[in-house]
Amino acid sequence: MTTFPWLTTIGVIPLVGAVVVAALPKGRDLLAKQVALVVSLVVLVLTVIMATAFDPTGPTFQFVEQHSWISAFGVSYAVGVDGIGLVLVALATVLVPVVILAGWNDADESNRPVKVYFALILVLETMMIGVFAATDLFLFYVFFEAMLIPVYFLIGAFGGAQRSYAAVKFLLYSLFGGLLMLVALIGLYSVSGDQLGKGTFEFSALTGLNIDPTTQKWLFLGFFFAFAIKAPLWPFHTWLPDAAAESTPGTAVLLVGVLDKVGTFGMIRYCLPLFPDASKYFAPAILVIAVIGILYGALAAIGQTDMMRLIAYTSLSHFGFITLGIFAMTTQGQSGSTLYMVNHGFSTAGLFIVAGFLISRRGSRLIADYGGVQRVAPLLAGSFLVMGLASLALPGLSTFVSEFLVLVGTFTRYPAAGIVATIGIIFAALYVLLWYQRVATGEPTERVKGFKDLGLREVLAVAPLIALLIALGFFPKPLLDVINPAVSSTLQHVGQTDPTPTVPVASGSSAEGTAQ
Amino acid sequence: MSAAVLAEAGPVAASGVFSLLWLVVALPLFGAAILLLAGRRSDRWGHWLGTAMPVASFVIVSAMLFAMLGRDSSSRSINQTVYTWIPVGGFRVDMGLLLDPLSVSFALLITGVGSLIHIYSIGYMSHDPARRRFFGYLNLFVASMLLLVLANSYLTLYMGWEGVGLASYLLIGFWNFRPAFASAANKAFVMNRVGDVGLSIAIMIMFATFGTVSIAAVSAAAPQASHGVLTAMGLLLLLAACGKSAQVPLQAWLGDAMAGPTPVSALIHAATMVTAGVYLIARSNAIFDLSAGAQLAVAIVGAVTLLFGAIVGAAKDDIKKSLAGSTMSQIGYMILAVGLGPIGYAFGIAHLLTHGFFKADLFLGAGSVMHGMNDEVDMRRYGGLRKLMPVTFVTFIFGYLAIIGVPPFAGYFTKDKIIEAAFDKGGVQGWTFGFIALLGAGITAFYMTRMVIMTFFGEKRWAPDTHPHESPTVMTAPMAVLAFMSLVSGALLMLGGRFVTFLEPVFGPEPVVAHPISPVVLTVITLAVVALGVGLAYQQYATRPVPEVAPVDVSPLTVAARRDLYGDVVNETLVMHPGQYLTRFLVFFDNRVVDGAVNGLAALIGGISARSRRIQTGFVRSYALSMFAGAAIVVVAVVLVRI
Amino acid sequence: MSPTYYLVVSALLFTLGGTGVLVRRNAIVVFMSVELMLNASNLAFVTFARMNGNLDGQVMAFFVMVVAAAEVVIGLAIIVSIFRTRRSASIDDASLLKY
Repeated sequence: MTTFPWLTTIGVIPLVGAVVVAALPKGRDLLAKQVALVVSLVVLVLTVIMATAFDPTGPTFQFVEQHSWISAFGVSYAVGVDGIGLVLVALATVLVPVVILAGWNDADESNRPVKVYFALILVLETMMIGVFAATDLFLFYVFFEAMLIPVYFLIGAFGGAQRSYAAVKFLLYSLFGGLLMLVALIGLYSVSGDQLGKGTFEFSALTGLNIDPTTQKWLFLGFFFAFAIKAPLWPFHTWLPDAAAESTPGTAVLLVGVLDKVGTFGMIRYCLPLFPDASKYFAPAILVIAVIGILYGALAAIGQTDMMRLIAYTSLSHFGFITLGIFAMTTQGQSGSTLYMVNHGFSTAGLFIVAGFLISRRGSRLIADYGGVQRVAPLLAGSFLVMGLASLALPGLSTFVSEFLVLVGTFTRYPAAGIVATIGIIFAALYVLLWYQRVATGEPTERVKGFKDLGLREVLAVAPLIALLIALGFFPKPLLDVINPAVSSTLQHVGQTDPTPTVPVASGSSAEGTAQ
Repeated sequence: MSAAVLAEAGPVAASGVFSLLWLVVALPLFGAAILLLAGRRSDRWGHWLGTAMPVASFVIVSAMLFAMLGRDSSSRSINQTVYTWIPVGGFRVDMGLLLDPLSVSFALLITGVGSLIHIYSIGYMSHDPARRRFFGYLNLFVASMLLLVLANSYLTLYMGWEGVGLASYLLIGFWNFRPAFASAANKAFVMNRVGDVGLSIAIMIMFATFGTVSIAAVSAAAPQASHGVLTAMGLLLLLAACGKSAQVPLQAWLGDAMAGPTPVSALIHAATMVTAGVYLIARSNAIFDLSAGAQLAVAIVGAVTLLFGAIVGAAKDDIKKSLAGSTMSQIGYMILAVGLGPIGYAFGIAHLLTHGFFKADLFLGAGSVMHGMNDEVDMRRYGGLRKLMPVTFVTFIFGYLAIIGVPPFAGYFTKDKIIEAAFDKGGVQGWTFGFIALLGAGITAFYMTRMVIMTFFGEKRWAPDTHPHESPTVMTAPMAVLAFMSLVSGALLMLGGRFVTFLEPVFGPEPVVAHPISPVVLTVITLAVVALGVGLAYQQYATRPVPEVAPVDVSPLTVAARRDLYGDVVNETLVMHPGQYLTRFLVFFDNRVVDGAVNGLAALIGGISARSRRIQTGFVRSYALSMFAGAAIVVVAVVLVRI
Repeated sequence: MSPTYYLVVSALLFTLGGTGVLVRRNAIVVFMSVELMLNASNLAFVTFARMNGNLDGQVMAFFVMVVAAAEVVIGLAIIVSIFRTRRSASIDDASLLKY
């Protein structure tokens, strides 16, 4: 079974599905939706099977495949996942069917063919799986840039009134970062040529390089800027609110829930192991940016009037937490960050989807246009509240586990950053609860009175997310068991060990034992 | 040496009846899940299921209490690890429970009073269409609260801590179609979150210092930590306690929290949740005992709040808000007690238990009155209700006698002990705290007498179309039980020092101290002060008619107390308004400056292009000229380089 | 005779042609001036071929002549067609291809 090309299979199926969906005759919109849903569910099932075959105690990278692609430049088609990659591939494959189900009618009102919307989502799924599974940096770069294309069309063709502005802004911003990364990538290639005799893009070979400090810093910055724009970190974030607000809720889910994770994934997977010294050198500065992002995003979210923009700003805050955990360089911080990526995917997806349900009923993104939803649509309001509570990291929901791990991991090495970041949890309570108050409580307004509660399709879209958030909140061990070895291997590359407790309980009692 | 002794005295693994410990938390959680997920299908039987769960937990905990009493006092601490919750590197937290004399006392209070209030709610909420949801939230609360007190690590405790905050938020905002109630719920949650930051950071310090967050391990290792670390942890835990227990400076939410249905006020905002702060400090006694500074801060917070709450309670006309002020004040007593150190812990916890009974009794009585008076809360529109609501009246009087501390009612045993312990602290501190506690007892007597007179005596001042009636048995029966407990619980716990001995495994033996004032004399003084308070209230409210509208020509203190001593004003001017300006500024800053820079860069490039394309005039001859000029420059350059 | 004279004549012719291109407005005259510049360079090519004693310059001159002939054909055709549609042979009138 281990020789079966799992990753290629689950990566190719959505692409084939996309071709099938695009080739369907005009006017068969329902069929297009059904085919897309079935394809995404097949991918999900295969991913679950693959995930159960993953052995946490085995080698770091599993399900490895390697084929020569452009041998002149040492480029190969090489895929494989470690724990971090695996959980993110799983995140992508879980969210795609949810998005298709939740966005069943998203494209109906646009004047473009509905099947194109669903075909693009499936194309995007291939790209997302590819970017998390690639172990060849050139292949990663190809997926990294190619991902922009379906998203550009998803926003630009199916979005709101300002969609072309948002789509172009997103594309240019991302391309700019991507090009910086390309420069650094070529630089890295030439360094590998000097040191290994033959240039390569293979991840495992590149981590073994011994790059001199100055070069390392420049190459690090090239990669980091690309990822900081992608994630996004403060102050490179302003494309996100526009893109999230102007895209359909489904696109926003994939954009913020999965695509942006490529940024933080890149930091932990590439920045740290490839450039350990530069990472350590820049870590304090990045932590400052992350902490600013946490507070800034949360405060800016409180002041938003448009709910899609509000969610985008909350994500800015959450990406601050993820980056904080990564660059604190402790086991807790990085495992927490990886878990955070997954949980944030679920919770933000939930928020966008619920906001989408509200918008589809009322036709407005403005928070002030709502009020009293809880009285007319209790299920809708209840799902909204659960997703909001997940966003503010309430214990019992999985987001708490990851946020607390990030904070505790940061605190052990950088207490000040940990304390300031913790204050963010107050603001999180404010942006979620004030928003919920304005939308769901009070007497229903005239327009809200006609709201229908969630239908079966909508319940089916939201229920898995709620179930995952609660289940992983009480029992995150299965995910942590997969993530921990990958994080330890990353930290080994960086050469960092966790700070030891000042008054270690265990060693204290064992010393006692030897004394007796 | 000490670590070895403590390790020997550490918790033993759960066996026998104790292996059911997880069920105590799981049952109400299960009930909440069923009630919230099953939807309208469970409307008919939901409240019965909701009531059965805490009752079942109560039965299990009672069985455990008896099993525990049958054990040797050194093996009364029982640990049950349910499963591994968060394992990352050196950070390992188990979903584990710890049952010891302290937590069993709390668990009994929570499940006991909780069960009674569930029963009461069947009647109180019978007309509410969302009664099933109400019971779901109540069960969620009971489960979270039990997790809070039974947790064996600070992180699990934190889970319960925030869980009760959520339940409190949901229940305060249960009628959130009224905008003010929704705001009250938000206020409670956010102010609690401020406290939660303290608890979070304290847990982080624990992990960074000890490498564990288990309560037993932290307590055992605390003596080896530096003084600064211990003080920091103590102050942060105090911040958490202030938030949850509505202590100054995070007190402002409790009055507004009375927006919730009255059973909620009784259970959450009087008997159990708000006392979690006291529990947290008592639970962390190993930390506080080693840091005199943090302990003094606790005592000061308690002393300030006990006066603050009492003054607010004396001025409010809303019966629930007056009781809320009283709750704040009584918790101030408990915080003061646990801030006194080993001489006070057991008394603080004892007062917490008796307060749980008599305050729940008083709140349920108030709810019963409201139930009969069309949900009127203004005591100025009550009056003369003792004949129409005899059961409510009698049970309320039991609670009243208990809270003002008339022997042999419960409050007499527990509150007097706190006042005594405050004086026993000795020195300037002892005299100050003792005097404040004594003064508080007087004010308590004043406002409670005022409440009883305005509600049950005097002439009728009812709003038109009000037909007061006694509540159904399903409501009066729990009140009767609580009234009975208000009578006997104090004597049951305190006579012969039973409870203090019971808690010894947690707090250590009670230190022997010299009494600056002999206990008998102090009791007499206290009773005299109480009598003075009663007399003042009688003179003020019983000897002349009570106006239906609150008089405005009152002392500045009364004006201030009616406005919660300007707690909200302080919060608004210091935090809320600056915060609103800050968020508005940030939105502006983000749109104009950060995004402005991005769009500005794009506009700059666009502008340069727009200017430079003007060079393309379309005149062939000008193109030719530029070609010639270019060629000439190249030639000149070549020639110059040659040279 | 020194080849320098040929080169001076070539430079003079080239300058004359260049000036004509820059200052004249009539397309035909501009065209003739271009031809003059081409022939000036032809003269220079041939002179250099003579000076260096090889045929490279002469070959180049033939190339230029061929290109010039082709260019005349297309250029004149364009001018005639512009003249037919716009009734003008002034190159300043044909300035539509701009920003």
